[in-house]
Amino acid sequence: MPAEPAAFALPETAAPAAASRGWRLPMFPLGVIGLFLLVALVAPLLGLPDPHAQSLRNRFKPPVWEEAGSWAHPLGTDRLGRDMLSRIVWGSRISLSAGVITVLLASAFGAAVGLTAGYYGGRVDAVLMRVTDATMSFPVILLALILAVTVGPSFTNVVVAIAVILWARYARVMRGQVLTLMQLDFIAQARLAGAGAWRIITRHLVPNTLGTLLVLVTLQIGYVIIVEASLSFLGAGIPPPTPAWGSMIAEGRDVVTSAWWVSLFPGLAILLVVLAFNLLGDWLRDTFDPKLRQL
Amino acid sequence: MTPPVVDVRDLRTHIVTRWGTVRAVDGVSFAIGEGETLGLVGESGSGKSMTCLSLVRLVPRPAARILGGQVLLDGLDILTRSEDEMREIRGRRIGMILQDPMSSLNPVFSIGMQVREPVALYHRLRGAALTDRAVALLAAVRIPSPAQRLRAFPHQLSGGMRQRVVGAMAIAAPPRLLIADEPTTSLDLTIQAQYLGLLKELQQRHRFALIFVTHNLGIVAKICDRVAVMYAGRIVEMGPVRRLFTRPAHPYSRALLESIPRLGVRADRLAAIEGQPPDLARLPGGCAFAPRCPHVMERCRVEAPPERPVGDGHVARCWLETPA
Repeated sequence: MPAEPAAFALPETAAPAAASRGWRLPMFPLGVIGLFLLVALVAPLLGLPDPHAQSLRNRFKPPVWEEAGSWAHPLGTDRLGRDMLSRIVWGSRISLSAGVITVLLASAFGAAVGLTAGYYGGRVDAVLMRVTDATMSFPVILLALILAVTVGPSFTNVVVAIAVILWARYARVMRGQVLTLMQLDFIAQARLAGAGAWRIITRHLVPNTLGTLLVLVTLQIGYVIIVEASLSFLGAGIPPPTPAWGSMIAEGRDVVTSAWWVSLFPGLAILLVVLAFNLLGDWLRDTFDPKLRQL
Repeated sequence: MTPPVVDVRDLRTHIVTRWGTVRAVDGVSFAIGEGETLGLVGESGSGKSMTCLSLVRLVPRPAARILGGQVLLDGLDILTRSEDEMREIRGRRIGMILQDPMSSLNPVFSIGMQVREPVALYHRLRGAALTDRAVALLAAVRIPSPAQRLRAFPHQLSGGMRQRVVGAMAIAAPPRLLIADEPTTSLDLTIQAQYLGLLKELQQRHRFALIFVTHNLGIVAKICDRVAVMYAGRIVEMGPVRRLFTRPAHPYSRALLESIPRLGVRADRLAAIEGQPPDLARLPGGCAFAPRCPHVMERCRVEAPPERPVGDGHVARCWLETPA
């Protein structure tokens, strides 16, 4: 702006401080997620032993800092002599992709349902929300077990089982947001300017709910990783020998007193990743949408 | 006389509620010519806003429905158009400005994106030509340094500024009819005056018919040519502003005018209209104002008065004005 008086200089000096205060990035969650993502992406290039390679001579090798440990297997080996570190790294591909794919599917579908219900209201809303309520009352684990028993356990089935239930939450939250937005004049103003349903939904409702959606997506990735691990632990998830953190914990269950590392390291991996996603979600919520505290 | 821009005939909009059917708009008729301003006044719930929403066919469905009448825009009845045709009419031929400037702009898009949108839609412009037009529009509503303001977001503007932006978007076409539903209620007085002056100026330039909804009679006196007084879904009196203000024919209009506090006149109590606005779901059989009317007669309670001329371009619905 040309020739503004000096009084306008004040906010300029104050602005960077305020900005940095509001935008202090959560280093720990971003670091952990970034590390796991990177490792998952470049897993084949890391020069790790084959996660499927068995060696009965090297069964239950302890991690490197134990007396019997060696650098050949930094985190030790499991019951079949497979390298733990390699299995955790390859397992991160399963856990992260299960989390991300499931949440993307569920959020896209749930958001569409919520937008439709909130926008059209009336009977459409009533029907969609009853379906949503019914879906929410169905336990994920039970559905996954049914799928595992009838169709057989697989990555696809895990994703489907979780997504088929999880969308309901998005539908609920989106509908609530849309109902609030619909009360505001800019929606009415858009309609008065000749905008149709599609335009109002894509131009006005979606952009104003993206923040909320992002928060929910991040918080739910952690949740999905836990559910996937639980299913794998129960044998209804990713079938062996594919390395998945949940089934790795299950494999170490019987030997937890003698070979504790078999269960501990995958457990730690789950803990770290889920904690990181939850912390990131909390930060996003506090930054973008403080109204969502109850989530 | 040139044909009116908008000619509303016997418009009826009813709302179905749990407590019964509300006749929110009950046989409203009026016509507005090019460059003319009609003031629509009345208490809350008298049907002013519902009348305006009926004109653009955006009554809250499914509860409210337009049941009958005609809305002729340049001679063509828009009530018989398809929903697609209606979308073409909204914004392009009938513009509307709402009451609350705080929520009438989308918070996540810049002013520029929001002003460009209707311009692009109505005039098929792109690129630099589009931006120039948007800047010109903002300049037309007296927004200082409009080119810079394009990058601002709604929260960075004051209420008066935002209402101007909304005004700029409403005249982007420019429309044949502009409906302003209490656009200045939430602005402070000096900004109000500026905004009204601006509306008048835009009207002179674009010659649109203007419906100004308000309960502020001072504003009516200032900017309207004619005024229609609504009560319980009906226009009880309509006429040229000066005439209606000096010689109101309907007891309700008279009471409205008397309830304006005047400087220099000492009053211990402000003049108010006795009683409550009627329950629209359970209207009395005759004149809706009868229970509160100081001049009520036997006839008023049984028979609703028809619209009768009481002077030059001045009509009223009251038995007092009808020779028996």
